[in-house]
Amino acid sequence: MKAIISFELYKIFRRPRTYIAFGAIAALIIVIQFGLKVDGQSYAAFLMKDINDTLTVDGKVLNGYLICYILLQLLLVHVPLLVALIAADMISGEANLGTLRLLFSTPFTRTQWVLGKFVAASIYTIVLLIWLAFLALFVSMWVFGTDDLFLMKSNYVVLIQQNDVLWRYVGAFVFASFALLTVTSLGFLMSSIANNSIGPIVGTMSAIVFFTILSTLNIPLFSVIKPYLFTTHMNNWKEFFDIQVNDNNEAITGSILNVAKIKTSLMVLSIHIVLFVATAVYITKKKDILS
Amino acid sequence: MSVIQVNNVSKHFGALKAVNGLSFEVQAGQVFGFLGQNGSGKSTTIRMLLSLIHPTSGSIEIFGHSIQSNRNKVLEEIGAIIERPDLYPYLSAREHLQLFSKLRSKKITSSSIEDTLIKVGLQDRAKDKVQTFSLGMKQRLGIGIALLHNPSLIILDEPTNGLDPQGISDIRNLIQHLAKEEGKTVLVSSHILSEIEQMASHILILHKGKKLADGPIQTLLDPNKMIVHITTTNDAQALQVILAGSFSNYLLKRAEGIYLSIPHFEIPLLNQFLINAGVGLINVESRNSLEDYFLQLTSNTN
Repeated sequence: MKAIISFELYKIFRRPRTYIAFGAIAALIIVIQFGLKVDGQSYAAFLMKDINDTLTVDGKVLNGYLICYILLQLLLVHVPLLVALIAADMISGEANLGTLRLLFSTPFTRTQWVLGKFVAASIYTIVLLIWLAFLALFVSMWVFGTDDLFLMKSNYVVLIQQNDVLWRYVGAFVFASFALLTVTSLGFLMSSIANNSIGPIVGTMSAIVFFTILSTLNIPLFSVIKPYLFTTHMNNWKEFFDIQVNDNNEAITGSILNVAKIKTSLMVLSIHIVLFVATAVYITKKKDILS
Repeated sequence: MSVIQVNNVSKHFGALKAVNGLSFEVQAGQVFGFLGQNGSGKSTTIRMLLSLIHPTSGSIEIFGHSIQSNRNKVLEEIGAIIERPDLYPYLSAREHLQLFSKLRSKKITSSSIEDTLIKVGLQDRAKDKVQTFSLGMKQRLGIGIALLHNPSLIILDEPTNGLDPQGISDIRNLIQHLAKEEGKTVLVSSHILSEIEQMASHILILHKGKKLADGPIQTLLDPNKMIVHITTTNDAQALQVILAGSFSNYLLKRAEGIYLSIPHFEIPLLNQFLINAGVGLINVESRNSLEDYFLQLTSNTN
């Protein structure tokens, strides 16, 4: 198994396509950071325009923590598409290339191959997320400095003290890794069905778009299935940034408003990962390698 | 000792019977030629030997173990290339060998990798990416991967595809060397009959998924049985004469021309018989090759 994982990782990181995702994330983050650095005050004024009459905010609103939050809101919707580019190609790409015959005639079971490939694709996904975290959080902290995190929610504001922020990002990134691993496993499932690269990549992206639309539509008919869709839960990393308040309406440091929601989301995502990978193993074990 | 034992194996793809009730044995040290036209079921059988395709029925034993239940143990001792030499275009020849060496439980040293590169004649292109390779070079690298872990059984499906005459000769010599000098068992498939004739000690002829013949090549190509091709001024008349006489039993069914499978000592008698019957003989050509034997078998079946 270890041999398969190192074999697969070597191939992933020797392939030029792998670096498209790293490049795309870097380009997007740098452009947004540059824009906010140059014209950030106007952006902050725009954000605050509705509360300026009722609330006075001292300090640096547009700090590294807020920039990271803005970046994650924008990027965590699109990163799954970049993950799909690699994950959905892991089995079908080999079938398309003809190398699946070589791999499956080595002394490892197909289950070992699928699981090994999934672990390798997951490592790629985590490395991509670490790259995102490095650029979005640490580079933003370095460029914009740090202060308390001031967030505007739909009908309330949240103020988190700066010494209470960093662990929330660690939690958010761990949560995001589950969300992205769900996409990786979905890509794997698609990859086990097809014998070409394009179909599973497009299929995975289409499934994400389709279920995201179902998750966001406020139609009663879809409300029944919404709690079971992985896309409903993928954005719940934001729950780490909702804080409990005491009777005096003061924020309780180190608290999370809805821990149960995070736990439920992690459970739903984990179940999806297991189901997708198990189905991919079953399909791969059953099929004849003809290509 | 029996290295491969295939017992009544069939593989159906829907209504298509790609392989139908196939049984054969390959003994240790043999170069076993697997012959058949395109679509005869050669590659399907080879894929079943490597557990890439699940048989519809029947059983396969390799080194005395069932491939279905002892897959990993069996595959540890097999090196194979299957049809085209499909490899990773963004990796070099040496990287391929290094990567695949990690997938074997046997320790494969750097010097073994370099020796393999020399064995397949790629030592000068070891650093180059496979995307710059010709089909023949890819085929050599595929063979290199198959030989890397020093397997006891080597399965080569159409190994000379895309090779130039020198390359074909090199592969032929390599296969013979592996069998004679290193005691390997080699199963090699091809639709190029002359190639198999020069390499194999035993052959199996597969046609439309069924076995037509198998055994030692010397036995199958009985020197006493010659294939005779007769050219006359009037083939229709000659055919009538043959059918009416005692040579009718030797007549082969061919779409064109008159062919007989006949003991060599009877050829002068046939010649005399036709002349006496007034047939205008132009040429009587006798041969004894695998190609003739193969065509004889397959045309009878058709």
